[in-house]
Amino acid sequence: MRSIYISLVSEFYKSRKTLAFWAAILLPVGICSLVTFGFYSGSEKVLKMNYPGMLLWVSYAGATLNVMGMLIMPFYVMFMAFSVNNIEHKNDTWKTLFAQPLNKFSIYTAKYLFAVLLIFICLFLFAALTFGFGHLLQALIPKYTFSQYNPSTFLINSYTKLFLSSLGILSLQFILSLILADFLKPIGIGFVGTIMGIVTASLKWKYAYLIPYSLPALALQVTKIEKGKDPLDFEIFSREIWTSLTYAAVLFVAGYFIVTKKSIK
Amino acid sequence: MSNFAIETVGLNFNFGNQTIVKDLSLQVPKGSIYGFLGPNGAGKTTTIKILLNLLKSPVDQVFIFGKEINSNRIATLKRIGALVEQPAIYGHLSGKENLINRCILLGIKKAKADEMLALVGLTDAANKKSNKYSLGMKQRLGIALALVSDPELLLLDEPTNGLDPNGIIEIRNLMIELTAKHNKTILVSSHLLAEIERTATHVGIINKGQLLFQGTIDELHLLSKPLLEIEVDQVENASAFLTNSGFEIVSKTDKKITLPFSSAEDSGKLNTLLIQNGFTIYSLYKQRKDLENLFLDITKNN
Repeated sequence: MRSIYISLVSEFYKSRKTLAFWAAILLPVGICSLVTFGFYSGSEKVLKMNYPGMLLWVSYAGATLNVMGMLIMPFYVMFMAFSVNNIEHKNDTWKTLFAQPLNKFSIYTAKYLFAVLLIFICLFLFAALTFGFGHLLQALIPKYTFSQYNPSTFLINSYTKLFLSSLGILSLQFILSLILADFLKPIGIGFVGTIMGIVTASLKWKYAYLIPYSLPALALQVTKIEKGKDPLDFEIFSREIWTSLTYAAVLFVAGYFIVTKKSIK
Repeated sequence: MSNFAIETVGLNFNFGNQTIVKDLSLQVPKGSIYGFLGPNGAGKTTTIKILLNLLKSPVDQVFIFGKEINSNRIATLKRIGALVEQPAIYGHLSGKENLINRCILLGIKKAKADEMLALVGLTDAANKKSNKYSLGMKQRLGIALALVSDPELLLLDEPTNGLDPNGIIEIRNLMIELTAKHNKTILVSSHLLAEIERTATHVGIINKGQLLFQGTIDELHLLSKPLLEIEVDQVENASAFLTNSGFEIVSKTDKKITLPFSSAEDSGKLNTLLIQNGFTIYSLYKQRKDLENLFLDITKNN
């Protein structure tokens, strides 16, 4: 445990001056600010719709969530998986990293956890900023109905789903970036995968849930709404999430075996 | 307890069908500076990577401080500091940050980073991004990284690569100091014999994955039979005279005659003999066969 912690601290120390790390903060700040600005400057249009609190939150949070789930999330995850490994490829430091008195499992796990952590921070900020900026809008434009509904469950559930559904992609891309020492190959494969994921998810193909890249998009599609229930109080652990977690677990273990067998040339 | 810091027993290593290291039996005594010599591509770096368990060796072929490496990986690595090929440095971090990162990984005090920077003369460049460092500075930082854990055994793969003469001398002195004062063992690889000759106490010569020579530096010198060079007038007559007197002549130029050296007394007698027969001797000295040539001979014959 201690060596995982040490490795994790080192990962943080190494990356704190890189774009990958700051992306986790800048991305949510940027996107949430943009959407908020849109709702602020275009408030008249939004107010004409006469949304009740819940729907206003849905349209406001949905603006970020949809862009994220469809396109940005898969690419962000790919970029994280790439950066965490590329820092060693680029500097030719795998050999020193694995020559340290730390077990290989810790080094590998810490790298993986660090990528997971960055994604978590990013999505947490998305949820928190959506919540905060929503209330800021309410304060700036008192006619808004944000204060009528508490969106925290909806936000937590949505972003938790998005987080969990992206772990499958993360594990897959993590292995690709671990083996392939360049930018184009893992990102290229990921790009094709994402397009496939978006297409299959929007066509609602029966087996789309088996493609890791389509899971974030699928996870955000609200499928069944039971009568009399809050439509935003949906189940987190749906089939897509289980698929994603299974992919994540299996590929994480596979990645470890690749690491142990990997010859450091 | 074994007296060897490193011992390999008939080590074999292949990349696919290609044999990189063949039946290698290194014996690096504790406290020595072991010069690991060989031309480029001889298998030096591969061997060092095996010693770091970066490449997996067959069981019971590699022992570090008497312990089998595969079953004692972490305990062994704790005692080793290494510089493999070009130093592995995070270019976006400063020299100091690179060292601090290593301190984090090793669980040692961060103050050690400054100490190491001072040791390798990088204090002034401590906060400069390391991808802005010159090759020599990177090499020094690499050495600092290898030393930061205060390891008992240092594996240095061509540490003077890219250093200027001053830097080379510093590294040389540092190695001598580390072994003499701090009782470390150093394995240093190089393809330059002259470099190794100045510091090493022991030498191993490797070519095409096989160990061709292993022993102390004096034993290596013994291998090179010394010669006696005589600068003399009337070279032709003198060599004819010596041949007639039963001496073996190795080579002859228009100024010098070279014979095998046997002992100081014999050299004196030879001198007297030539003078008594009317030759004028300008100089007479013992010449050791150039180790560089010896190295070439040893590696060529393989």
